[in-house]
Amino acid sequence: MANTYDALASEARKRWEGLEKGPQPWIRVGTAICGKAAGALETLEALKAELGRRDINAVISQVGCLGLCFAEPLVDITKPGHPRVFLKNVTPEVVPALVESYLAGDRPDPGLALGTLGGNIPGVPSLEDLPQWKRQVRVATRNCGTIDPGDIHHYIAHGGFAGLARALTEMQPPQVLQEVTQSGLRGRGGAAFPTGTKWSFLARSNVSPKYILVNCEEGDPGAFNDKGILESDPFTLIEGCIIAGYATGASHGYVFIRHGHEGPIHLTRQAIAQARSLGLVGQNILGSKFSFEMDVVLTGESYVSGEETALMEAMEGKRAMPRSRPPFPAAVGLWGKPSNINNVKTISYVPEIIARGAKWFAGIGTEKSKGTAIICFSGAIKYPGMYEVPFGLTIRQVVEEIGGGVPGGKQLKLLQTGGPLGGVLGAAKLDTVLDFDAMASAGAILGSGGIIVGDETVCAVDLTRNLVAFCQFESCGKCFPCRLGMTHLLEVLERIIAGEGRPADLELMKAIGQTMAVGSLCGHGQLGFNPVQSGLQAFAEDYKMHLEQKRCPTGACNRLFHKPTRTRPVASGGWYARRDYVHH
Amino acid sequence: MTHQQSALRERIRQAITTQPQSFSTILSSLLAVQDALGWLPEEAIEEVAAHSGGTVNDVWAVASFYTNFRFTPPGRHVVEVCWGPTCHLKGAQAILDEVQRALGLEHEGDTSDGGVSLKYNTCLGACSQGPVIMVDHAIMGNMTSAHAHEAVARLDKSDGNHASQHGA
Ligand SMILES: Cc1cc2nc3c(=O)[nH]c(=O)nc-3n(C[C@H](O)[C@H](O)[C@H](O)COP(=O)(O)O)c2cc1C
Ligand code: SF4
Ligand code: FES
Repeated sequence: MANTYDALASEARKRWEGLEKGPQPWIRVGTAICGKAAGALETLEALKAELGRRDINAVISQVGCLGLCFAEPLVDITKPGHPRVFLKNVTPEVVPALVESYLAGDRPDPGLALGTLGGNIPGVPSLEDLPQWKRQVRVATRNCGTIDPGDIHHYIAHGGFAGLARALTEMQPPQVLQEVTQSGLRGRGGAAFPTGTKWSFLARSNVSPKYILVNCEEGDPGAFNDKGILESDPFTLIEGCIIAGYATGASHGYVFIRHGHEGPIHLTRQAIAQARSLGLVGQNILGSKFSFEMDVVLTGESYVSGEETALMEAMEGKRAMPRSRPPFPAAVGLWGKPSNINNVKTISYVPEIIARGAKWFAGIGTEKSKGTAIICFSGAIKYPGMYEVPFGLTIRQVVEEIGGGVPGGKQLKLLQTGGPLGGVLGAAKLDTVLDFDAMASAGAILGSGGIIVGDETVCAVDLTRNLVAFCQFESCGKCFPCRLGMTHLLEVLERIIAGEGRPADLELMKAIGQTMAVGSLCGHGQLGFNPVQSGLQAFAEDYKMHLEQKRCPTGACNRLFHKPTRTRPVASGGWYARRDYVHH
Repeated sequence: MTHQQSALRERIRQAITTQPQSFSTILSSLLAVQDALGWLPEEAIEEVAAHSGGTVNDVWAVASFYTNFRFTPPGRHVVEVCWGPTCHLKGAQAILDEVQRALGLEHEGDTSDGGVSLKYNTCLGACSQGPVIMVDHAIMGNMTSAHAHEAVARLDKSDGNHASQHGA
């Protein structure tokens, strides 16, 4: 069995060396969604055209997101006898200069060169010296931006599937489970539940089949790390999912992705097919007795379909409305069978935990938050991106050193963390330690890892209106405290913004929030008051100015606010409006 | 049944029966039809009901829940503008104003000539490049009102090449 893996690994390494040490330059272009949004596809075309025009031979690969989104479009060149060099903001216009300086010539244009890895080029910094790189400990994202997400051999060449091979040949399922438990891994989907404990519920069940469901709904605006992993290294998720199946006795793994996210969907499907063709998914994996099937399942647009029980409803093809618990998914899950739901990031850590051991993983981070946090920076921040950093840094270190602080000489006003059900933190909370529990006590959750930065021009009431409008639009409608509560909260916020707020409005909102918290079935309603509550706490002044002086402290509210007019379920233009319909 | 109608049903059945995953459900079938046609005509509801062994009510219940389904043909071009919090802080509302002005719309919806459909998106997934819009499936970041106007105004004049020309 081990031979089979060794054979795969040596073949993969051979292919990788062919690229890395080959006679031609190897050019990698980041074309994940962040790259595409910055114009990477145009850059890719321009590169091909320019190389063709100048008759330069090179191998070009499309890779995912290195995490340094601020540098997109990002081009990464390995030339024979030279270190790997990264070139930033390579728009089509600068492609000729790039080709001239570093493909025809040997001196990368210093204006374009971001950094090198694995050696020095005079005048170019080492990537290892940049805080955006130095501060990171890349575990789940270790291969992102380095490997071609469309080629399983790249993954294997970087130690991929060694953890699975180790589990299948050297470990019994309970040992694998114990390893994950001892690593201290906690769920990255929001609730930070210990993963080993969750798996043990599934492992205990004798019913079959059992399912591993991986949640890539990723509806939280401001979070893009789940899709980022699938677009950059879907294999780490696949390997983790198979290991989870082995540890718990599950036979099927489903990756649940929102329809429309074409990159992650296509790449994950392709990665599963490649794994199957090498005997890594399917019957008797790597010659062992263990068999595991995998597939991608899509959901329509619905934020709540990311809630674990709604997810199962959506997978069964129904409306994504949460179920009551108990029974819990580990007892009665998908199609009534025992199921385990984990976030993409959670599962993506597993291969390294098994390959390198629980002790190694538990050595990173804080006492109760082990490993790393995969932060998505966006908004008023100099270096937006996806950064994997160890727990235990302070938020200030992350924002200032890695993110580069707020651009344009402006002051930082707030951080919105944990998605629309999370909260807003004021600048006074910057010294909070990056840690699940410390952040929760500071009044925000780490959740999915999205951190949206707002500068001094932001009005907390305006941002809160946006978050509440989202929560209102996305309420599944099953229970009235959430459905009506969100609508009512939005109404109150809109009148406060219009300068028509009433003195009792703050109390009114708190009362609505309390009803929602106790009377809602799922986290959407239970936590839906968080953005208002945390905003009221940290930015009482903003509310006060709207209420008492009838004006916005920053002017951010002084414009028409567009939000979707569609409702759920759709109320117009649809079928049920057709009275003449007769079924035949 | 006219020839056109049976051709439409054939396309729908084709979409329903060639789904990539190992099992199909009402939702997966509806998504497959939406991908093939760009919208869900009533024939789709009927065909999915027949395929899944459910009633049209069962199917309509699902179709009406997810906000990506359309029940009228989309414009030749589809413009999506992100109104998520990152893009909001980075000026999405001004971009929405501008796009609506360019299209002569006051809300999300379709232009009167059926040329362009405007949709608000809760997060297009490229927040690090916000504000973000998507024109005919091509994502564009670091938008300004002027760029958005340009991208949309260009569409009006050109011929449609969106996959879902059905009914246009
Ligand atoms: C309204 C709502 C939306 C959610 N959306 C997601 C999501 O998009 N992705 C996710 O992983 N978890 C989401 N969750 C959390 C899941 O219910 C579940 O806790 C999580 O997937 C478990 O994975 P973990 O143990 O690895 O954290 C959501 C929860 C709620 C209440
Ligand atoms: S709390 Fe809201 S989203 Fe959750 S089940 Fe109730 S209505 Fe649906
Ligand atoms: S908030 Fe606009 S792309 Fe995510």
